[in-house]
Parts: sequence; C-alpha cells; structure tokens
Amino acid sequence: MSISKLEFGNKSNDLYMDKTIQEIEEEIVDEFSFFESWQDKYEYIIELGKKLKGYPEDKQTGEYKVKGCQSSVWLVTDETDGRIAFKADSDSTIVKGLIALLIRVLNNRTPDEILNAKLDFIGKTGLQQHLAQTRANGLAAMIKQMKMYALAYKAKQQI
Amino acid sequence: MQDTLTKKIFDVEEVRKDFPILSREVEGKPLVYLDNAATSQKPQSVINAISDYYSNYNANIHRGVYSISIKASEAYENAKIKVKEFINASNEREIIFTRGTTEAINLIAYSYGLENVNEGDEIIISEMEHHANIVPWQVLCEKKKAALKVIPVNDSGELLIDEYKKLLSDKTKIVAIGHISNSLGTINPVKEIIRLAKEKSKDIAVVVDGAQAIHHTKVDVRDMGADFYVFSSHKMYGPMGIGVLYGRSELLEAMPPYQTGGDMISTVSFKGTTYNDIPMKFEAGTPNVEGAVGLTAAIDYINAIGFDDIHKQEAELLEYATAQLKEINGLKIIGTAKEKTGVISFVVEGLNALDIGIMLDTNGVAVRTGQHCTEPLMERFSIPGTVRASFAFYNSKEEIDVFVNALKKAIEILK
Repeated sequence: MSISKLEFGNKSNDLYMDKTIQEIEEEIVDEFSFFESWQDKYEYIIELGKKLKGYPEDKQTGEYKVKGCQSSVWLVTDETDGRIAFKADSDSTIVKGLIALLIRVLNNRTPDEILNAKLDFIGKTGLQQHLAQTRANGLAAMIKQMKMYALAYKAKQQI
Repeated sequence: MQDTLTKKIFDVEEVRKDFPILSREVEGKPLVYLDNAATSQKPQSVINAISDYYSNYNANIHRGVYSISIKASEAYENAKIKVKEFINASNEREIIFTRGTTEAINLIAYSYGLENVNEGDEIIISEMEHHANIVPWQVLCEKKKAALKVIPVNDSGELLIDEYKKLLSDKTKIVAIGHISNSLGTINPVKEIIRLAKEKSKDIAVVVDGAQAIHHTKVDVRDMGADFYVFSSHKMYGPMGIGVLYGRSELLEAMPPYQTGGDMISTVSFKGTTYNDIPMKFEAGTPNVEGAVGLTAAIDYINAIGFDDIHKQEAELLEYATAQLKEINGLKIIGTAKEKTGVISFVVEGLNALDIGIMLDTNGVAVRTGQHCTEPLMERFSIPGTVRASFAFYNSKEEIDVFVNALKKAIEILK
C-alpha cells in the first residue's frame, strides 16, 4: 500500500486550515492556560494522544523511526498540491499527544510554512521547561524530523 | 575518631528531618523520592561537613606545609581509614578513591585487565550487570581477543549458579559480578561466587560491583573474599563525584598505574619516572577532598543509624509496597528473587513506563523509568523497560501510599 493512498490529516484539522500556524499556536497556548496543574495538562495531552489514530501499522519500522526519542516514535508524510501531511505514532501516549499538537500546527502546510514555523507554543505552554531534557529531546527530534521532511519536499519542488 | 552522632531508637519521622530535601514540594505536593537506586539524598551532617571544609580548611593536600593544608590532608587520610573500617579491609593502603564505581571498574579493566588477560582467556560477568560492569570488560576482551562469558538469570531474576559453575574454566581470568542488581534488587550470593572461582583457581580475580549494596548491607570484603570491591559515595548518602576501589594490596602493588601525573609519582626526570606506592599510585592529580570529607560524614551517619535499623525499615517498605502493587490489575513485578533489597521494577500491561513516570511526577513522586542501564537484562525479560521504585530507610509507609494511589490514578488516566 502506498502512503499517498492513505487518508491524511483528520477532519478536525480541516477546521484549522483557514488559520495561520501562528493562530493555531496561540489557540493551543490559550487551551493550556485553562489548566491549573500539570496533572490536568498531561491529562489533556493523554486525551490527544489517545485520539491520534490512523498510523499504518506496517510502517512501524526502523525506516520511519524518529531518532533521539526516549520512546519509539514513527512518522510518515505525504504531499498533495504542495502541502505536507503527517501521520505519526508512538508507544508512549504522552509522546503521541505531543505529536498530535505538532501535527495540528504543521499539518497540510507548505514546506516554507513548516520551515518558518517558530513553534513558540512549546515554550509558552511551559512544555519546554516541564519535559525533562531527555523527553524534550524527543520533542526536539520530532520537530527536526518534520522540518527535514519539509526541506526535502522543498528541494524536490525546486528541481 | 568517635562518631559524633549517637544511637537513638529508629523513628522514620525523626530520621527524615536529617534530610533537608525531603521536606520540599514538587508541583505543590510533598516530594516522594523513590529513586534511591539512582542516587540517595544527603543528610544535613554531610552537607555541613562539605560546607565546613570549604569554609574553614580548603587547601590542596599532601604537599602544603601550612596548617590548613595539613588539616585537609588529615581529613583525606582519615576518610581512607573510615572506609577501611567500614568495609573491613586490612589496610587503608587498599582504599583508592576514584570518581565513582564506573571509574573504579575501568581502572581495574585497564590496569589489572590489560596486564593479566590475554588472547583466548575468558571473563565472566552476568546477564543482570549494569552497563558499567559490562562495557569495560567488553572493551578489554576486544583489545585482548579474550571472550566474555555471561551467567544467565532465571525468571525470578536470580543468577543460575549451576550455569556459572559450568562457565568457570582454566581460561577464566576475571569474574565481575554485581553484589545487588540495580534493576531487580536481587542480592547475589557473592561469597559463594567468589568461593567457586577460587576453588577453580586462586589466580582468578573476582571484582564485585557494590554500588547497590554498600548502603543496604554490611560489607566485609575479607569475609567475602573479594579481590576488588567497588562502590560510589553518592548512593550511600555521601556526595557525588567520589567512589571507592578496594583492592587486595598484593594485587594493587603489582598493577601498573591507570592515569599518570602529579601525586602518583615518586620521582620525575626526563630520563624516567618512578611511581609512588599504593594507593597514591592510582590517584593522579588533585584528589576530591570535598568528596572524601563528605563520604566520611556519610559513613558516620550510616553507622549512627546502624544496618540493623536500615535493614528492618527497608525490608518493611519492600514488603508493604510489594503487597499493594500486587493488587493492581495488569501490573507485573520484574525481579522476584527470594533475596532482594528495596527495589521494585514493574511493567503495567499496555502502558508505557515513561508515561507512568511522568504522571507520577505530577503527584510529586520521583521514580525511574526505562532500561536502567541494563539493556541485556531488559532483553532477557523481553520488555522495553520498567518503572522502578527504589527505597531508602528514610522513606515512609505513608509515602508508599502516596505512590500507590498516584500509580492507580495514572493507570486510570492512561488506560
């Protein structure tokens, strides 16, 4: 089965398509500000993680694994009309929740939008500080991987 | 020197007051520190000893002719005597200070190992070793074209001694074994392991990694018969950055230096250098005086509490926590040896250890998650990693309750 035949993105994501990356980031920061404790914030991340579905099981292989994460993370992409869609999975529900946030921000964007995304929400939500270095490294590795894909697609477009 | 702390009836609430960090909060909740197998917390007496050293007699040692250098040198030498008595070595010359257990094992591998292990020889370790007691031997084997032999463990996490007996051969040069497993808490029968090695050949050197044992149980290196016994200060309520290599003097005397430089020499000229006697031969450069002073205070503290009470409290905590964890659906304890210390490693069906660790932290509970530097052991049990709670005598039953409740809640959220 080719990746392009898979359905990418979820319906809720389409709701965000009329918004800029910056606007979605601000929304996320807003949402997190409602929670008083980290326990509540993580509960929310866990819910997001549980909802993140549709990653092809046969792609849970080393080829798609994101290096540098304490848990296993897999990421695949597809490109339609110059926009990149992501699907990801992890054996950690919390990490899956973090990927869900990244996908919400970066899904169905052009390579340039993805490359230029500042992703300030990670710092503003406090996630950056709260996730200990090893876990944050996992997050950093995922972002790096997503941007690498964007860079690769951009290079392909320019050929 | 007379111990400054006097023996009292053990009261965990009183003991907890000796450790300032135990009264701090995390996320507005009291810290429940259950990662003692990674490092221990420090009593005020250790903190004070280090502060006193820097406030009153910090100086480089062994060469100064002035009074504070002499005092610092005395404190350093006194630490050696303290350690010697603590583990019942014959002489303080057999006590070498290192950066920690890892450096001590590396020292043995590079000094004793390179000198005594040759092509075709064998080194025996076990499946439950910490990476620090695997990799140095692996590297040595590669360098010398020697072979690494591994004692397997059973499903309870105990060494298969019959398999060990089969591995011992005329080719065996070193046996390196952990006294207590950091991942499982298993207490290995080191005395028997040493006896069996020595029955095979007096020339087999036995290295015991005591990092997880030194603070849980009374160690007597001579009774045990160990050739080398190594441990870290920071796991025994002392400061980080200092550890101990005990070696039998006749072995140490025959070994070449591991690192070279100041303090370890006798004379230096451009024609050649002669080395100092043990233990200085193995202590190149300015030593960790602060660490030695802190370690001294830590040993005084342990002696004042006493291993009887330490044992009793830790055994009670282990039993209490094990009973509660067993009640949790889908939870499986990894490591159920008959002889074990206050370490509980576990997995929860369908859940990721990292997720459990993060959720416990939001309740102020500090545990370790992952492979605990024992990847081969995790492979043996076919698991990606565990959640590990490890206890010290300053942990209370109330803390176990907080931990278990937080765990139940985490499982509920994550399921």
